[in-house]
Order: sequence, then C-alpha cells, then structure tokens
Amino acid sequence: MTVELFEKIPNNVNLSADKRLQRALEQWLPNYISWWKEMGPDQFQESDVYLRTAISVETDGWAHFDYVRMPEYRWGIFLEPAVAGRTIGFGDHYGQPAWQEVPGEYRNTLRRIIVTQGDTEPASVEQQRMLGHTAPSLYDLRNLFQVNVEEGRHLWAMVYLLHSYFGKDGREEAEAMLERRSGDRDKPRILGAFNEPVKSWLDFYMFTMFTDRDGKFQLCALSESGFDPLSRTCKFMLTEEAHHMFVGETGVDRVVQRACELMKETGSDDPEAVIKAGGIPLDMVQRHLHLWFSLSEDLFGGEISSNAAEFFAAGLKGRYKEDSYSEHSGLNQFYEMPVPSEGGKIVMTQVPLRNAMNEVLRDGYVADCQRAVDKWNRTIERQLGDRGAAFKLSLPSRRFHRHIGIYGMNSDNYFDPSGNPISKGEFESNRSKWLPTETDRVYLQQIMRGVTEPGKIAGWIAPPARGINSRPFEFEYVRHLPA
Amino acid sequence: METAAKTESTHPVPSSFETSPAQYRHWKLEIDGEVARLQMAVREDEPLVPGYVLKLNSYDLGVDIELCDAVQRLRFEHPEVRTVVVGSGRDRIFCAGANIHMLAQSTHGFKVNFCKYTNETRNSIEDACRNSNQRYLAAVSGPCAGGGYELAMACDEIILIDDGSSTVALPEVPLLGVLPGTGGLTRLVDKRKVRRDRADIFSTLAEGIRGKRAVEWRLVDQIAPRSRFAQAVSDRARKLAQEASAANGSAPGPQTGITLEPLAPTVEGDTVSYRFVTLHIDRAHRTAHLTLRGPGSDQAVRSADELHALASRGELWALRAFRELDDALCRLRFHEATIGLVMVSTRGSQSDVLAADAALYAQRNHWLGREVLLAMARVLRRMDMTAKSFFAVADPESCYAGSMLELLLAADRSYVLDSEEVKFATDVLNAGSLLAANGQTRLALRSHDRPERVSEVLARGEKGPISATEADALGLCTVLADDLDFDDTLRLAVEERVSLSPDALTGMEQNLRFPGPDLSEGKIFGRLSAWQNWIFIRENATGPLGALTCYGRPERPSFDWRRT
Repeated sequence: MTVELFEKIPNNVNLSADKRLQRALEQWLPNYISWWKEMGPDQFQESDVYLRTAISVETDGWAHFDYVRMPEYRWGIFLEPAVAGRTIGFGDHYGQPAWQEVPGEYRNTLRRIIVTQGDTEPASVEQQRMLGHTAPSLYDLRNLFQVNVEEGRHLWAMVYLLHSYFGKDGREEAEAMLERRSGDRDKPRILGAFNEPVKSWLDFYMFTMFTDRDGKFQLCALSESGFDPLSRTCKFMLTEEAHHMFVGETGVDRVVQRACELMKETGSDDPEAVIKAGGIPLDMVQRHLHLWFSLSEDLFGGEISSNAAEFFAAGLKGRYKEDSYSEHSGLNQFYEMPVPSEGGKIVMTQVPLRNAMNEVLRDGYVADCQRAVDKWNRTIERQLGDRGAAFKLSLPSRRFHRHIGIYGMNSDNYFDPSGNPISKGEFESNRSKWLPTETDRVYLQQIMRGVTEPGKIAGWIAPPARGINSRPFEFEYVRHLPA
Repeated sequence: METAAKTESTHPVPSSFETSPAQYRHWKLEIDGEVARLQMAVREDEPLVPGYVLKLNSYDLGVDIELCDAVQRLRFEHPEVRTVVVGSGRDRIFCAGANIHMLAQSTHGFKVNFCKYTNETRNSIEDACRNSNQRYLAAVSGPCAGGGYELAMACDEIILIDDGSSTVALPEVPLLGVLPGTGGLTRLVDKRKVRRDRADIFSTLAEGIRGKRAVEWRLVDQIAPRSRFAQAVSDRARKLAQEASAANGSAPGPQTGITLEPLAPTVEGDTVSYRFVTLHIDRAHRTAHLTLRGPGSDQAVRSADELHALASRGELWALRAFRELDDALCRLRFHEATIGLVMVSTRGSQSDVLAADAALYAQRNHWLGREVLLAMARVLRRMDMTAKSFFAVADPESCYAGSMLELLLAADRSYVLDSEEVKFATDVLNAGSLLAANGQTRLALRSHDRPERVSEVLARGEKGPISATEADALGLCTVLADDLDFDDTLRLAVEERVSLSPDALTGMEQNLRFPGPDLSEGKIFGRLSAWQNWIFIRENATGPLGALTCYGRPERPSFDWRRT
C-alpha cells in the first residue's frame, strides 16, 4: 500500500509517521473493504450518499457533509485531544497518572473489553444491510447509511487501539472481527442482541434508540478509563453516537405520530383500523419496545458481577459521568437491589457497590430511555388529547424478558412487564401480547416498500420535522439508486 | 479468612458417597449401544451445602460423586459401551470448573480432599481409557475453564466448538492465585504434550484459547463449528467405538453388565459396619480401626459364567469388599479430619482369599474379571493417597494373604506379633495386578532397598504360608515383637504417632510411600499435595487480600511479592 493512501485516511494519530500502525493497517484495510462490500448495505455501494465525514476533531471538522460513495467513505482515526496531566479518576489507581501505554497487568482484560465493544460495530452494519431496500424516504435511507458508515468508523477506532497497543494478538483480534458474522450459527457476534435480526425499519429505529443507547453508556463508562487512548477514542465516538440515537428516537416518534394521525382519521381506537389504514398500531410499537429494551439491557451484563468489580477496581471502566460522584473508590459502599430468591420471592439485597457497577450503569440507561418514552407519550397526547391516555407507551420492568443475570430466563426466572414473578407457562401464554409476533413481522414486511422519490414518504411514518444539515426533507439525500 | 467459618459441621458432609443414576441431580447418563452420553447439567440451586450457587455448570463434591459413580457404573453395568461422550446439558457452557465460592467457604482440609477426590475421579476415567477399552470423548460445546478443562483433559480426546468465542482455559493462576487443582498443569505437558513455553502462556491467560490455535497448541484435538458440532462429536464417538471394539475385546463369557448394589452401611455411634469392612473411630486417641474380612469358601469360581453369576447376585467378595473399603476411606477423609492414624487389621481364612484371588485372576481377560481387578487397584491407590498414617497389625487372627496382603504393604508400618500362629501368604495379585500410582507393585515399593527380594518373596509365597520370622527376614515386618512386648510396643507407637504434627506427617508419608520412578498420576498427587496445598494456605491466595479470597469481591488482591 502506498504512503499516499495512508495520507487519505483522516486522522489525528500521526499515521504517516507510525510504521507499526501502517503495517497493521496495510494487512487489515483490504480485508475491511472486502468485508464492507460483502456485508455492508446491500446494492447501494455505487450510490452517492449525502454523508457526514469526520476529517478532524475541531468543531468544524468532525461534521463535513458531501456526496460520497460508501466504499470510498474516508473512514478515519480520531481521538479526542489529550488532556495534559490527566489522572485516573476512580478505583484502586485513583489519582495516579492515566496510562498512555497498556499496563501489562490489565492487557488481557483491556483487550477483551475493546474486542467486545469493537465487535458490536460491524455487527450492527451486518444486521441492517438489507434495510436500504425498504427505506420509507431518501432522508431515512441516508440516515441508515450514515449510521452504517459511522459504525464502520467505530470499528476502525477499536481496531486502531488493537493495532497500536496489543501487538500480534491485537492484529489477530482485529482480523477476527471481520470474520464473525451477525446471526451466523457458526461464527456469531459476541453479544446476543447483535445476533438478532433487524428485520424492519421499526426494528431499526428501536435498535438505534435502545441498543445504540447501550453503546452510548458503554462508551461513556469507557471514556472514564485510566487507559488514556481508550478514553480519548470513546469520547470522540460519542459525538457520532448521538446522531444514531437521534435517528432511533425521532424514528419511533414519527411512527407513533403517524399511528395517532391514522387513529384520528379513522376515528377508531382499534389497532386493526390503523393496520387497515397502513400504519403501525401503538400496541405493535409497544411489543417492539419490550423486545429491544430488554435485549439491550442484557448488554450491560449481570447485575452482580465480578467482572464489573474488577473493571472498576482496576480503573478500566468507570461510571457514567464519574466526575459527578464525590467518592471514587467504590469500596465499603452498597447498592440495594431486588434479588429473586427461593420460593419466587424477591428480596432487597445489599450488593457491594463495585460488584453492582453494571446495574449502576443500567440505572442511567433506564432513566435516559424513560426520557425518550416520555417524549413519545407527549406526541400521543398532542395528537390524541385525553383519548391518548389509554395508549401511553411504557418501558417494561428491567426484570422482564431477560436472558442473563439474576433475572435471566436461563435461570428459569420469568416476569411480566411490570416485574411480577410469573411461571414459564404464564410467560409463554402472554408472549404474543408482550413481544413481536410472526403476524407483526409479516405485516411490517408487507407495508415496508422502499420510497425513493425525493420529498415522498411511506404511509406508516410521519416526515421528520427538519432535514439534515439544514437541507429540506425534499433534498435528494441519496442519488444513483440501484435499478 | 472468613471462610473458615464453616468448619467441620456436626453432621458429616456428604452423608454418603453412594448414589445411582436414578438419583443423579446433576448428570444425565444415556446409553445408545456402544456409545454412552454423560451430560453435565448442574442444578444451580442444589449445592452440597448452602452458601453458594452452582452457576455455569460449576461443580462441587456432590456433582463429582455422581460423576465418579457414573464412570464406575459405565464399567460394570455397561461393559458394551466403547465410547463415552462427556458433554454439557446446558446451553453455551461446557463447565466452569470447581465452584470458586464453594472453595472460598470451605476449610483447607476439605479443599484438599475435594481436589484429591475429583482427581481420583479423573484418574478413574483415564484408567477406563487405558485399561477398560472404553474411550472418553469430551464434547466441549461452550466455555470450558479450570476444572472443566481438567475434566476434558482426563478424556482421551477433546472436540471444541469453534464459534469464535468458546475457549478452553486454566485461569487459576491469573484469576485466583492458586493452581489448577486436579492435575491440569501436569496433564497439559505430560499427557497432552503441550509445549512447556506455550503451556506457560496458556496457564497465565485467564480468557483461554479458542479455535485453530487451541488445536495448533494441542490443547484440543479437533474443532467443529456449531452447525456441524453434534455431527462431528457423534462421528468421532462412533469412530472411537470402532477402534476400541477392534482393539481387544473381552474373553468369551457373559458380556452383559452387572448391577452395583448399594453398600448401605450401618452407622452406629462411632462405628460404620459393612458386610466385609468395619470402621471404628476412637476419637479420644485420634485413631481409627479399619478391619477387612476375607471371603468364604464360595469364591473359587471356575469360569467367567460363574464369576458373572456370583457378581450378579452381589456376592463377589473382591468387588464388594473393596467397594466397601473405598467408601470407608472416603468417610475417613471427609468425615474424620482429626483422625490421624488408621490401624489396619484383617480377618479371615487365608486359603479362601488365595482361592478367590486365583479364581478372579483366571478371568482377568474377561471384562468382569478385569474390571474387578482394576477396581481393587483403584481402591488401594485411594488408600495410598489418603493423608492419614496407616499401621497394619498382624496377629494370629490376621489374614494377610494375596489381595489382602496389599493393605499391609500399603501401610506406612507393619506391627507383627512374633508368633508361630501368625502367617502371611502371597499370590499372583501381589505380582502386578494391583499397581500403585507410580506403576510399581506395593511389594516392589516395600522392597526398593533390595529389588531382588520381590521375586524371592513371591517364590517363597508359592511354597505356602510364610511365618512371621520369615516375613521379617523378607522385609514385610516393620516391627516384630513377641507377646511380652507386642501390646506395649504398639501402644507406644500409636501414642507417639498421634502426637506428631499432622501436616508434617502428611508430607513425610507422601514422600516415603512412593520410592523409585514415577508416572503422571503419581506426579499429579505429589505436586497437588505439596504445591497446591501450600499455595492454598498462603496469604497470597487465602489471606484477607489473597486472590482467592478477593475473587468476586469488590477488593482486588494484594500480593506479598517475595518469592520463596
């Protein structure tokens, strides 16, 4: 690979002088491009997409808009500028200078954290690769691709860390991230939610709303890391992640708004009326919300976790906004949580704070999700007035439909959406009430037909309040669509 | 350490070492012709004692007692089985090893005996692979760590699922500051022939190694993707079964299994009574009295059919008596921590023992004869590895003949009454059927000062009963005392013995019991007794800030960096 090619890669890590990184990228980059072509958005590789590209970390540099064909997207490597004299903000190494190189003691643990985070990035691109064909508008199509290329860049960010700080093992792990495939029985992605198919645009909005929001909290926790390059990388990734959550939050909001409009038009509260009118009824939205919220909660890990304790103690992964806490050792403190115990009872239990760090992070996440749900409910209220009260959306209890941890169904724990313990039989007989059904899937597939004319939009979703980068909704966000 | 809180409870744990497939809580045994499937599906909420949850197919003694039983029954009840597939009945986990919280809350003595027992179970798997014509195949369908990988290593072959994440691992050193407790390190280099520098990396890598590299490094034999895993396992199981069938079968005679009937000893006060074994505990003197009684005259079977019929009725002395001895040894280890000395005595007719031994030996090529001999050898090895002093006592009623003479040879010392009426007898079983863990006969271990004596003793034994004085000359008596001295000599020896440091005695005995060359099995126990036990009690493992203590807790370990 030529030096010029490296020079085309936007970066603030002095790539042109870093022989080690160049060597690693030389191997990895062609494989990344092959992966993108094979697993990236199906059939849109030749289209011109109005995309945001980060070309520097300055305020005007991280959001450069232009038409670009996705395989030619300038994926770059950016770290938030270093803060001189930064110290470790929590755990046993509190107050010591942040590590600029990987401490040997934590090398394997850090590598695992980075690989687990990195693996989610290409996974989501794979999960979403067929959605381009059924986008409700060019605006949404463009947003999908924006999310996709930026997940690609986030993969680059993690690969940069592996290449620069983890030697041969790191290079092997970087390769392996291009070999695993979302949903593949033999080579699955590491985390469960990233193997669930994102079948419809409703799933996509839910995914970017709930699953990318897990990403936000993970990145926030890692941006506290004592390993400074990880911290700085995650901080920069967060600026991009915000847009993904915006896509999800407003996407669901527009679906909700459209459902309400159809309810008003038809004058009926019956979900079937909304279906007849081609919309997505609110109970179907609620079922998808149940699914993606619960799957995304699993990503935080077990409620009582020795890994979480170790990560915090070692200074590798902090809390959301660690600065806002007054105490940073996490020792000799407890977190009270309801723990299922014998006889189906739930007992409030004092868990050492460090072991409860996943739950602490999940608390912030749940509150953040609740804020979005409140917003959707305001849309319902605005649209339907008092009539809307019966259709309010809600987050299920964090005990509902969990696959891991103390509430996990793998330990034969079943709960209803309010968090009451129930039997497996009760859960199964209510499954179609609480979670998306095959009928939902077929219906969503049926109404989702790609709309590619600028300014037009599918009938199941309302148009956005405004366009991208001050462009109008009618703007031709994607050109040269496949035939 | 907080753990020692749960010291010896008043009621013994476990209450029994006996179980059967119908009673299994954690394993499922399915037989399909030549292939058996042994599926581990540990019930989280059924630990042997309260205080921990058996997550992720982690195990405790209760789980291993069932495994031990299954391995034993596969030999005796299902001799037609040629391959045993050891797999997991849980989704996406093979086995996470011994339960760490169980170890953390156990006493030191329990931990050591737990490791020893589980290692003996793994040895019994290897014994089946080597000698019973049953191949074990580990079907590792998910993460496999610590004791889980040691279990896999006890099998002949390992197939690992290649799903991009499942690894085999020995995380004890980096995660817990202790060693793999069931011979993992020794098996890694001795058995699987993993290069020692790679073994060094592997053993310090908490997350373990997966996929192709696991094969390259010889950590596993084969990998298979999820979609082909079940097929790969079943193909390999059939192939191994074919190889085993072709290798060497059983001599003519009944090929169907026999049922291992319950031993169900009666426990009255400090006495446990079996049909052929009695164990009496003398707590005041920290001494146990273990008596083995010989067979009647009904054991001289003349054919495999007769042997099978005898065993089917539960009347085969050799099997029954040694199973009882095994159970008594387990009770001694787990229930009687403070008992330091075991006085061994035998009763019965020497000619009946010799007849029983000879009849059994004649059927050594029939599967049942072979299995009984192998079982007897395993029980004697359990005795060799028991951290108690053994003194064998020979008096006029003693019956140290053939297989029963092994108890005297296994003992640390023998006290023999110098009397015309005291006799010993050897037979063919002393000549190589009942080997110790280092591959030596106990006669050879007793005669290592003069190796030529082994054949002298055996030759003399062929000519008839050996008197006490002759036995002394042949090196079978530690102390020969006449009736005026005998009782006092014995009393003084006992009193002296129980006054010595129990730790020093354990170490001393293990050093002295196995002179001469060694095998993996012996090495494993030696290193287990020395290094693992030492590390277990060091501050760096079980002190207030030791790695084992801190595991799963909010605090991180803090080490004393001085190497010894």
